Amino acid sequence: MSIKITLTVNGVKHTNKVEPRMLLVHYLRDVLKLTGTHVGCDTSGCGACTIHVNGKATKSCTMLAVQADKAKIITIEGMATHHELHPLQEAFNQCHGLQCGFCTPGMIMTAADFLTRNKKPNEKEIREALEGNLCRCTGYENIVKSIQYAADKMSAPKARKTKKEATV
Amino acid sequence: MIPVAFDYQKAKTVDEAIAALSNGNSKILAGGHSLLPAMKLRMSQPSKLVDISSISALKGIKEEDGEIVIGAATTHADIASEKLIKNKLSIFAEGASMIGDVQVRNHGTIGGSLAHADPAGDWPALVLAVDATIEAQGKNGKRRIKATEFFTGLFSTALQENEIIIAIRVPIPPEGTKATYQKFSQPASRFAIVGCAVVRFPDGKTNIAFTGISDNAFRADNAEAALSAVIFLSDHYASAEYRKHLAKVYLKKALQAVV
Ligand SMILES: Cc1cc2nc3c(=O)[nH]c(=O)nc-3n(C[C@H](O)[C@H](O)[C@H](O)COP(=O)(O)OP(=O)(O)OC[C@H]3O[C@@H](n4cnc5c(N)ncnc54)[C@H](O)[C@@H]3O)c2cc1C
Ligand code: FES
Ligand code: FES
Repeated sequence: MSIKITLTVNGVKHTNKVEPRMLLVHYLRDVLKLTGTHVGCDTSGCGACTIHVNGKATKSCTMLAVQADKAKIITIEGMATHHELHPLQEAFNQCHGLQCGFCTPGMIMTAADFLTRNKKPNEKEIREALEGNLCRCTGYENIVKSIQYAADKMSAPKARKTKKEATV
Repeated sequence: MIPVAFDYQKAKTVDEAIAALSNGNSKILAGGHSLLPAMKLRMSQPSKLVDISSISALKGIKEEDGEIVIGAATTHADIASEKLIKNKLSIFAEGASMIGDVQVRNHGTIGGSLAHADPAGDWPALVLAVDATIEAQGKNGKRRIKATEFFTGLFSTALQENEIIIAIRVPIPPEGTKATYQKFSQPASRFAIVGCAVVRFPDGKTNIAFTGISDNAFRADNAEAALSAVIFLSDHYASAEYRKHLAKVYLKKALQAVV
């Protein structure tokens, strides 16, 4: 049996026929060739495969591609806009939030979902938000700092000049 | 890991889902956060999945005739953040927010958790402690099952073949009721090694329920007698002896929180 699915990934509409047993992460990586989403444990534990499905952080190794029919999906490849890094991407770069980088796409996707719900998080809240994501390198300190950096940057008044300032 | 091949159908109504279940080795798919991991390990090999996650009648939380009614396909995350739950059934918000991690809570559902009846699941203890009823629908119509009669053994429930849980109904506790859920989590998955839910009504009546320590969750209002009759689980996370010790510690914590 194969089933036709239509979904939007990073703003682009895709229609494909897939076997029901195809995992969403394999659809993204093998069919759409979006290999930024990683498979770490393949047992729902590590969060390396985290993406957004209709705005919600989701372990794509624990979802079937057919379940995502009609869904809006964002992967790490969809975070930068017009060649400008997302504040979280910039933060992980600035704060050395990664070593090997394997967990990073999942960390960023989980953090991005979290920061929409909590714009001014404290350290404890950030650590709790990461309960579904494992990193085997950094020891988390710099990951937490990165997320704090991004939260500060995202909630700071925009650096872009307002109309009023521009005319002064 | 890839499951054995199966057919898939997205049901639009409960009747359609019940009809679709009737042929062969079919299974309901809700959030998939217990079923898919088991299928990937090939411990479960259904020939067809009937996806109920798009049935709007199974989602959402409302108040009706003095009860809170939660659709079976409502996610843990939606229950944890719902105002009505926070205001009138806060133990459900407390318990739901302790399940797994944010990604799991975004997809896993209360109905899926109850039907799965994992011995370490949190919802079983929570529904037992609040005197909930589980509403199921099958070929012969709807029926209500008391939570105290629902869990019948390891991964087993009173649901009949092809019956679907449609809602969880909880009598709204009277003002002045105090309730808490205390859990000692397995550090990786956060499943309960011991979970203890306690509800203390204003008249002093106290409901106590445990999960994680034996084949299935159970009510233990007379805790001392109940705990001495339990056959404690023993696995690589905790020995029977350690679980017994933790059960007493977490019971004490829970009782202290409600007096
Ligand atoms: C990493 C991880 C950590 C977890 N941690 C915890 C935890 O700390 N505490 C906890 O309690 N749980 C935990 N879980 C389990 C999680 O809560 C599951 O979501 C839940 O047990 C099953 O709900 P589901 O909607 O995902 O069901 P599914 O996986 O879709 O289904 C589970 C079973 O129930 C049946 N079913 C589903 N819905 C219905 C229905 N309405 N009527 C009849 N049958 C139905 C299915 O056929 C299947 O047999 C964890 C899971 C993962 C992957
Ligand atoms: S690969 Fe999905 S959680 Fe680890
Ligand atoms: S940076 Fe290597 S696993 Fe996190």
